[in-house]
Amino acid sequence: MFAYIVRRLIGAVLMLLLVSLVTFGIFFWLPKLAGQTTDQIAAGYVGKAPTKEAIQDTKERLGLDDPVLVQYGNYVKGIAVGRDFEAGPVTDHCPAPCLGYSFRSSQPVLETLVDRAPATASLAAGAAVIWLTGGITVGVISALRRGSLWDRATMVIALSGVSLPIYFTGMVSLQLFSYSVEIFPGGGQYTAITADPVKWFQALVLPWVTLAFLYAAMYARLTRAGMLETMNEDYIRTARAKGLPERTVVTKHALRASLTPIMTVFGLDLGLLLGGAVLTESTFGIPGLGRLAIDSIRSGDLPMVLGVTLLTSASIVIINLIVDLLYAVVDPRVRLG
Amino acid sequence: MNKMRPIAVLAAGVVAAATLAACGGGDDSGDTGSGPGFNAGVKEQVNKSDKKGGTLKFGHSDDWDSPDPGNTYYAFSQNFSRLYGRGLTTFAPAAGDASLKVVPDLATDLGQASDGGKTWTYKLRTGVKYDDGTTVTSKDVKYAVERSNYSAELQNGPKYFKAYLVDNKPAYPGPYKDKGDEGLKSIETPDDQTIIFHLNTAFQEFDYLVAMSQTMPVPKAKDTGLKYETTIASTGPYKVDSYARGKSMSLSRNPHWNQSTDPLRKALPDKIEVQLKQNGDDIDQRLLAGSLDVDMAGVGVQSGTQPKVLADDQKPYVDNPVQGFLRFMSLNVNVKPLDNVHCRMAVQYATDKVAAQTAYGGPLAGGDVATTVLPPTVAGYTKFDLYPQKQAEGGGLDQATLAKAKQELQACGQPNGFTTKLSARSDRPKEVAMAQAIQQSLAKVGIRTDIVQYPAGDYFTKYVGVPKYVHDNGIGMMIMAWAADWPTGYGFLSQIIDGDAIKPSGGNNLAELDDPKINKALDDAIANPDEAARLKTYGEIDKMVMQSAAEVPLVYAKALMYRPKRVTNVGITYSYGGMYDYLNMGVE
Amino acid sequence: MTGTAPTAQTAGTGDAPTAFLEVRDLKIHFPTDDGLVRSVDGLTFQLERGRTLGIVGESGSGKSVTSLGILGLHNRRNANVSGEIWLNGKELVGSSEAEVRRLRGRDMAMIFQDPLSAMHPFYTVGQQIIEAYRVHNDVSKQVARKHAVDMLGKVGIPKPDRRVDDYPHQFSGGMRQRAMIAMALSCDPELLIADEPTTALDVTVQAQILDLISDLQEEFNSAVIMITHDLGVVAELSDDILVMYAGRCVEYASVDDAFHRPLHPYTWGLLGSMPRLDRERSERLLPIEGSPPSLINVPSGCAFHPRCPYADLNGDKSTTERPELVEVEPGHKAACHLPLDRRREIWADEIRPKL
Repeated sequence: MFAYIVRRLIGAVLMLLLVSLVTFGIFFWLPKLAGQTTDQIAAGYVGKAPTKEAIQDTKERLGLDDPVLVQYGNYVKGIAVGRDFEAGPVTDHCPAPCLGYSFRSSQPVLETLVDRAPATASLAAGAAVIWLTGGITVGVISALRRGSLWDRATMVIALSGVSLPIYFTGMVSLQLFSYSVEIFPGGGQYTAITADPVKWFQALVLPWVTLAFLYAAMYARLTRAGMLETMNEDYIRTARAKGLPERTVVTKHALRASLTPIMTVFGLDLGLLLGGAVLTESTFGIPGLGRLAIDSIRSGDLPMVLGVTLLTSASIVIINLIVDLLYAVVDPRVRLG
Repeated sequence: MNKMRPIAVLAAGVVAAATLAACGGGDDSGDTGSGPGFNAGVKEQVNKSDKKGGTLKFGHSDDWDSPDPGNTYYAFSQNFSRLYGRGLTTFAPAAGDASLKVVPDLATDLGQASDGGKTWTYKLRTGVKYDDGTTVTSKDVKYAVERSNYSAELQNGPKYFKAYLVDNKPAYPGPYKDKGDEGLKSIETPDDQTIIFHLNTAFQEFDYLVAMSQTMPVPKAKDTGLKYETTIASTGPYKVDSYARGKSMSLSRNPHWNQSTDPLRKALPDKIEVQLKQNGDDIDQRLLAGSLDVDMAGVGVQSGTQPKVLADDQKPYVDNPVQGFLRFMSLNVNVKPLDNVHCRMAVQYATDKVAAQTAYGGPLAGGDVATTVLPPTVAGYTKFDLYPQKQAEGGGLDQATLAKAKQELQACGQPNGFTTKLSARSDRPKEVAMAQAIQQSLAKVGIRTDIVQYPAGDYFTKYVGVPKYVHDNGIGMMIMAWAADWPTGYGFLSQIIDGDAIKPSGGNNLAELDDPKINKALDDAIANPDEAARLKTYGEIDKMVMQSAAEVPLVYAKALMYRPKRVTNVGITYSYGGMYDYLNMGVE
Repeated sequence: MTGTAPTAQTAGTGDAPTAFLEVRDLKIHFPTDDGLVRSVDGLTFQLERGRTLGIVGESGSGKSVTSLGILGLHNRRNANVSGEIWLNGKELVGSSEAEVRRLRGRDMAMIFQDPLSAMHPFYTVGQQIIEAYRVHNDVSKQVARKHAVDMLGKVGIPKPDRRVDDYPHQFSGGMRQRAMIAMALSCDPELLIADEPTTALDVTVQAQILDLISDLQEEFNSAVIMITHDLGVVAELSDDILVMYAGRCVEYASVDDAFHRPLHPYTWGLLGSMPRLDRERSERLLPIEGSPPSLINVPSGCAFHPRCPYADLNGDKSTTERPELVEVEPGHKAACHLPLDRRREIWADEIRPKL
């Protein structure tokens, strides 16, 4: 087991290196391939009517004229030992692990990521709790009452949940619970949990529910399908033949087996979400990683985009590692097979 | 305005009598009473109060280019930066025409001109301090100008000082590279309270230039270059406690700000908070719900919110100011057959401006029909209409107007019309709609246009701002919009109709108008110390441009602004493009 | 239940039988979108303790549906069950689900075909036996565990005290079926239903498992229903044989009668398609031609007539009239229109020589 974890961790690090190389290539090398000169790239970072000198200075400051591999080498070196960046009259030190230095905000990328991550994590974690409990409960009941009014109704709602975009459900929920009836605050009210847990909670209820609605819908359908399949398994028949009460059959035998595929999907979803829930964050004005990513892409802040991408990849890789380990805990065939 | 009124009235007649009444008012007057009402904040500040305390909340759907006063260009940023910084001059905190007035701020008085307008001297107020308690000196103002105009790092702001100040020999490399103490020789600081600027040309509107945030003092020891935006040294009544890009800014009282040194500012709220990158619709809803005080961008509510704010119960809290923007169509004087002035005049008559206005959102959200290049909110604006149009019953230009267009076509030698290209920015759907409306109206006199669309980001640098491209592709008509960097005729016109503004790439003089008479008139005007004469000249220049028929003014842009009940001292300032004046706002 | 199925009403008021297990006119129908599936359509038989009944038939003949019906494992929402099932003097069809559940595992137990899929992959064999035991016996976990180890030992699993903590996938096929049997027998059930208990196993293990079931039956004196399509298994273990076709019994006989004097053409077909190890043979197997009938559109008359080589010997009777199951000899019933003598003739002259 220990060797397995070590092996997976090494794999994860290699994976992240590969992701960083590919992302780096996409952002720093592809534009060159597409015929953009470093002058044009640099012009994106200097005001409205850039002068030649300004462009030249910017290129030098950002090292845009170096070959892409050299730039990547500097990047990786920065992660290992840190780097220095010029910001005019001062030199800013970006301590290891230096994930680059933002062209826009003139700050180490990591600082911004660390600043933004808690909002996204709060959003993702709270929503995950709601959608897991809600989605699985609804899914189980629907599966057990297959074809009933409840089943049909919830599955229609679930379908709409999957197909309605967040910015729509988000605006509707804001309209209903914030603008019309002032139960919850509107957008932009996110407060760090360390600053004020009550406000933190109030501000996140609507985003949680909105985001969870989308996922709960998906998980309800997933759970229902899984339960229907599992309920047809031979071992469920065996459990019934033993004379077990139906509740034991459902919870202990059927649900547990249905949960393993959900765990896999959950790992991917949560990992991806921890990298930022773009639409939810935009709709509710939550300063998280998703909004950071979009803003950075729009403003061409490549190091920041790279940083968010890496963080997202890292969270996906790590959460999936955890899911795989959990798999081994849950399913003895994985552990002992 | 007389000549314009027929268009508006007839257009409104088509729609409904109720609208007719609103349009009949024509200019953005609305209620004239003292209490709040529709457009109450356009002429006068509403909800006047001296009550201190509370938190004033701003929201913005985007972010600053930089809140560093030396590295910013946006109008909202110029407006807002005055809360934490004081430049040599600023615009009077007022609404309507009074807001166009330049007044001393950090300086005791407006600039003393000498040497025929080539040398400008300012005296600083005594006792002005930074938020750390140190005293502001004229050297800090000099340093602020140097860093904002001469460094390679701070590139967001305009470079007017660099253009007008006498340069060192060899060229001054900026304070970050130049390690000497003297810096830029053309800015002298004989003592801590005096600063003297030496210009390379007579420039009588220098007081407007120093109203820019670039003259807000920056202590050299505190300058951290690009990082200064997070560590701004404040001279205003508020200090910046935190700025997180893409997230928020919060300000609290600057304990070292002294009311006695500052006759302009009321400094009412205890705290000011700005939320950045907010959902635009959410901002509007929060304004309506009263949980947000100001939409910082100042360009009006989202189109989805417009019907809501125009409802009877909300309309008294709405202002509909002219925004200082002119949307217009340039006719390139080097593209055949538009090189012939009569062909251009035909276009002037045949362009249905009401249709263009409707395409851009109508009289409230789009703007007023324009007949001059200078918008009414720019100092020097004179009303006239060289190419009067009338609307036919049921819409479209009437036969008399069309006949005039045909007459001009005849004079141009193109009696059956001609074919050319009409450009618009592909990612601005309203602009494209406007182009289509124009295309339809021109077709009625036989002027056939192909609409060509280019992305806004490259519009001036790669396409219509490149004369060679325009000539090679025969693009005769180009739609664009323009606002002044400072609200005078020179500030507005010099970048779009002066021959010097024709550049190989990135220029804004799309018509390639290079009329020696116009060029000289502009140069003479800016050197003229007599303000009244200067302003009069701007109107004359405007008329000369319209006589050349090279620019087709379409609409003076307007916006629907919402003014929440609890906000005090709310009024529209024209100096910053028709948004609310942020200097003295408070909360009830 | 009694309310929804009218026949159950009569079942509930029927006389209590003397036999240990008595099934009367059992019908199990499934309404589907395509029509009513008559999986079991009027089945009647009896079984005493200590005896073994083999139910044979092709796939889809209703064998497994019958066994699940006896255990009450059909979902009452999508299956219509009618008729009577008397177990030890208690009628099951009319009983509540809870009552039947309490009998399951304790009074009647089942061994399933594929022990790998029939055991829960996430729980140890021990946990699953303990669970089966504790649901009917109020004992501590320790006691239940000891019982589980005993049961594993009894079914011949070596080192049961260690294997009790292993998961099903760690067992070999034969061992797994032994564990399954241990689980089924953990509460000393009086009725044991084995549904194709050896199909998934290889031949040498098959024999061991059959021996084990036979031994345990003797020890517990239980009644056993052996469901299979393999006549060899039945021959070895059963006292009586019930041949099912299209949800009905077509022949019921003692093992001896069924193998040596079968009186239904379908039984002949089954015997002909059975590989025999005890006899030299040069000819190939004689499979029954055609395929099992649809249970939605059961052929009119005798359900077997489309596949019966002798159907035309009865005129159009085979296609119009359903033959009743009649006792032709003491303890030997068959449902066939052919005259009895003719059937004996065909068996003796045409079928037996070819086997």
